[in-house]
Amino acid sequence: MEKKEQYIDEIKAIKQMMEQSSRFLSLSGLSGILIGIYALIGAYIANLAFHSGLEITDLIKKMLGLALIVLLISLATVLILTYRKTVSDGYKVWNKGTRLMILNLAVPLITGGVLTTVFLMKGYYGSIAASLLVFYGLALINAAKYTRQEIYYMGLCQIILGIIAAFIPNQSILLWAFGFGFVHILYGTIMHFRYDNNTKTKKV
Amino acid sequence: MKGLIQKLNKAFDNKIRLGIMSAISVNRKASFNELKELMGVTDGNLASHLKKLEELKYITVHKSFFGRKPNTEYEITPKGKEAFEIHIKALEAILKQQ
Repeated sequence: MEKKEQYIDEIKAIKQMMEQSSRFLSLSGLSGILIGIYALIGAYIANLAFHSGLEITDLIKKMLGLALIVLLISLATVLILTYRKTVSDGYKVWNKGTRLMILNLAVPLITGGVLTTVFLMKGYYGSIAASLLVFYGLALINAAKYTRQEIYYMGLCQIILGIIAAFIPNQSILLWAFGFGFVHILYGTIMHFRYDNNTKTKKV
Repeated sequence: MKGLIQKLNKAFDNKIRLGIMSAISVNRKASFNELKELMGVTDGNLASHLKKLEELKYITVHKSFFGRKPNTEYEITPKGKEAFEIHIKALEAILKQQ
């Protein structure tokens, strides 16, 4: 029977090495929950501004500022929490998995960012929420191969919400809150309970 | 049962060689430094296991330069891929039987 344990260990070692050499596994679930909450707060403020009777150009400027602040705080949260988790898991922060994940995340994300800026400059305000959600979803699907597979389904959700937003642009804020807020909180919670607590025992 | 154990590849009964093959079979290629980081072993130790796998023609070596820094990369060969797949299949078959 001791033999059997040995073979199971061997299979485990192979699987772990395959994942560790090509995937980034220390995404923090807690950071997903936090950025979801930021997005909901942002959407709430945006909704107040929307009904305050401001002129459209002023309104757009305020919204942009708000979106940028939420984005920066979210990015900082993800970076700090993920960095801490990677270090406490005992992994190197900058390895092949990290590089592959960031590269695959960045290409659709930057494309979406540039395209949305063009929409903004041309005044196609109705397409902004839709294009950001769709490109964010594509970025997640693309990066999922190099991190936890759950990210793939989160990407699908964002794309579907983005397409709905394209059909009903006057509900943009609501769909945005749902995608960047609710979906992040849901996935953050799942990831937190699946991985955040038991990672210590995972490292052999 | 006996037959299955004989199918296990002796070259892979070492943890480091098994680790090298695992990493290199997903990524196709890996550099010396990446492997070292993954495995957490010394240069000499890693080099001797790489040499052994190279002698078996399971991996090939590519040497190049990043500016002045030498960069050694290892790539899995079709023979190596096949041997590794057979080894994993044998492991799985043994576990299923027991």
